[in-house]
Amino acid sequence: MQMPEPDQEVLGRRSEIVDALRAIVPGEGVIADEREMRPYESDGLTAYRTLPMIVVLPETVGQVAEVLKYCHANGVKVVPRGSGTSLSGGALPLADGVLLGLGKFNRILDIDFDNRTVTAQPGVTNLGITTAVQHEGFYYAPDPSSQIACSIGGNVAENSGGVHCLKYGLTTNNILGLEIVTVEGEVMRLGGKHLDSEGYDLMGLLTGSEGLLAVVTEVTVRILKKPASLRALLLGFPTSEQAGACVAAIIGAGIIPGGMEMMDNPAINAAEDFVHAGYPRDAGALLIVELDGPEVEVDTLIDRVREIAEANGSTTLRVSDSEDERNAFWAGRKAAFPAVGRISPDYMCMDGTIPRRQLPEILTRMTKMSEKYGLRVANVFHAGDGNLHPLILFDANQPGELDRAEAFGADILKSCVELGGVLTGEHGVGVEKRDLMPEMFSETDLNQQMRVKCAWDPKGLLNPGKVFPVLHRCAELGRMHVSRGQLPFPDIPRF
Amino acid sequence: MPDTFKPDTPEQVRDAVAWAVSEESPLEIVTRATKRTIGRPLQTANTLDLSGLSGIGLYEAEELICQAGPGTTLAEIEAALKAENQRLAFEPMDLGVLLGPGDGRGEGHQSIAGVFACNLAGPRRIKDGAARDHLLGFTAVTGRGEIVKSGGRVVKNVTGYDLSKLVCGSWGTLAALTDLTFKVLPAPETETTLLLHGLDEAAAVRAMSAAMGSAHDVSSAAHLPADITAGGVGGVVTALRVEGIAPSVVARVAALTGEMAAFGVAVTVIEDTASTALWRDLRDARPLAEPRDRPVWKISVAPMVGPRVVAAIRPLVAECAYFYDWAGGLVWLAVPPSADASAGAVRRAVDVVGGHATLIRAAPEVRAVVDSFHPQSGPIAALAKRVKDSFDPKGVLNPGRMTAGA
Repeated sequence: MQMPEPDQEVLGRRSEIVDALRAIVPGEGVIADEREMRPYESDGLTAYRTLPMIVVLPETVGQVAEVLKYCHANGVKVVPRGSGTSLSGGALPLADGVLLGLGKFNRILDIDFDNRTVTAQPGVTNLGITTAVQHEGFYYAPDPSSQIACSIGGNVAENSGGVHCLKYGLTTNNILGLEIVTVEGEVMRLGGKHLDSEGYDLMGLLTGSEGLLAVVTEVTVRILKKPASLRALLLGFPTSEQAGACVAAIIGAGIIPGGMEMMDNPAINAAEDFVHAGYPRDAGALLIVELDGPEVEVDTLIDRVREIAEANGSTTLRVSDSEDERNAFWAGRKAAFPAVGRISPDYMCMDGTIPRRQLPEILTRMTKMSEKYGLRVANVFHAGDGNLHPLILFDANQPGELDRAEAFGADILKSCVELGGVLTGEHGVGVEKRDLMPEMFSETDLNQQMRVKCAWDPKGLLNPGKVFPVLHRCAELGRMHVSRGQLPFPDIPRF
Repeated sequence: MPDTFKPDTPEQVRDAVAWAVSEESPLEIVTRATKRTIGRPLQTANTLDLSGLSGIGLYEAEELICQAGPGTTLAEIEAALKAENQRLAFEPMDLGVLLGPGDGRGEGHQSIAGVFACNLAGPRRIKDGAARDHLLGFTAVTGRGEIVKSGGRVVKNVTGYDLSKLVCGSWGTLAALTDLTFKVLPAPETETTLLLHGLDEAAAVRAMSAAMGSAHDVSSAAHLPADITAGGVGGVVTALRVEGIAPSVVARVAALTGEMAAFGVAVTVIEDTASTALWRDLRDARPLAEPRDRPVWKISVAPMVGPRVVAAIRPLVAECAYFYDWAGGLVWLAVPPSADASAGAVRRAVDVVGGHATLIRAAPEVRAVVDSFHPQSGPIAALAKRVKDSFDPKGVLNPGRMTAGA
């Protein structure tokens, strides 16, 4: 992975920069010792590691603003970091950059049950928000699988999803307000407890911008009342095609389940070996369909889904009759990643999305790729929205296997785009998928996105080297070729 | 002699914009031209009419997506969705009801591009989001005369910046849309509305808050003061909508009726078409449509403070008419005609609590001097201007429509 060449001139000023940052963030908030910086050298994508130049852990919005102002004035790059759980390298440090950790921003600032909102500092964990409101029966809907650890600020940066986003949306559909600090150190409030924006939807633009536009220092989310009832069906099918047809039929019948997950045979067996959830080992594909809502509704829809599953040839059909049973259905799915981790020294988790009906095609292609690269693959999907998580199994200690796994992963994502899908459904581009961006976007498309970045960060100091494969200077992107005096398109109808 | 260019292809749209750039001659961007009386009046030599790029290109009900050209009418799309028992969950309002035929074309004519470019929604906004929550991807011509695409045709996608959010609510000031892909959802089997009769406004927002905070999946909550009638429902009434499969609706209405007993007023129920008629009128702000010379504001605040905003405005503005939607967070307000449409009183009341007020209907001479869109703080306005410049550096697309700068 090629990162921008570290700026020797900036590295030469390191001790001066450390002193200046210590004047802003006193005490232990500035870390310059190599051993103490080591924990920050990577995020959840551990294949890539870089020691940052300096780590700064501010405690106040004022300090964040001053740090950014200083870095902007002195041409120092900044990489923002929440809990460091990104699976795409979004918080991978830069050797000549400041790593700005927001872990100390860990307080809930306001709980407003009447307006159904929570305002939290960015370092509060995703689950921490639900924990703060569950005594009144409320919860925060987006639930990425790292929700115990991942921060709400990081969720905003990545537009995180989760198992329930088909019905309840992604982060972007569940936030109402942000406080942000621009790279120039300007503190701004976008949104609040009200809906929609008075002007451009800058909050929507910021969500999922992977730390390239601004630093989030406060988040207001909407909370929902917990559904009265939750029940799940565990469905086994001989083939993935039949499972896919069942998913299509469920949605075709007008049912949007709270969660709808699929696992292929290798994933079923890995999970079964690990947690003994009672999954059918011989099934070609397993579906977990969870329905949530008022009790009568859930019971009615469970029966409808049961009929649909039978009509689509299910060979295993179990319906949860208790919370314990429902949790048992989920146990294997939730343990799928560690379960695969047990059967292989290393694995790489991919994250493409396809139009759902292309599922058989992508699985066929993956089988061929698996043979070509000599590596195994296990699949878990968010079946309702076509988001795939192929897990490529490899051994990093075997020469060449990491490279083969990366090439295999890239081929899968290219196939996703070819089949009408996208490179990443919820993990972000980061550094991992950066160089694949031209598979999906033309140079013109990418240049426009970079121009938007320039509107926020004209010097390109916030998280450079992520998302965009080629860096351009803003002045160069702003240039416009205008040819005057051309005849206006004689073939366009006018009135 | 002003020209209206009506291209048939995205390439022709690009050529028209490129020409406007080279001539430094701004364009008014329209599709079905039903909302052109919103915002600062434009003074452009030429109009770019996108209605020629029309038609549903792809509708896959089982994938929950639809793709259409910008000029496709909402009516055509809604008819296609209805045939598959689906709908646009965000319930886009028809501003033609408020704006009237006048300069535009009245109700029932708006285009899908207009729905998204103006980020419309309806009473279901509080549960299912606005247009911005449903646009999955688009192709457009920027003010640089370049065809760009963003997003995709799948629901789950975080590849690159979410420019779909930016174009929603940009009122044609960033790019001319040439293609849109959006999310569709199943329509519910049935709907029922609970009517609580006679609550004062403070009690009404508490009742709406209790309903929205219940597990009964209430999809809309509105309150009508004494002088407002919608869908044949009048008097002081608080309305709570429940949608879904029939047995679920019956059970939830029963449970909700029990819980609302705590508010100590009479509760009645309207079903199916009567319920639909009420919410359609509220969606379109039909109760404020007449008399047509009254300016109309759309005010968005935190739900619990809606009545406080109205209470701050009423002593300063004689004879205003209003009602609440979005559980109190949306105030539709009609004020007597005046040179500034009471902008000072309205905006001061909103600024105290946080939120925004948009002037949806007013005479051109009012819109020329009053900001139709709520003024932003200096730094945010400056950032918005830089975002505008990143798409449209020469200011050729609807210049000045939203603010003097954008």
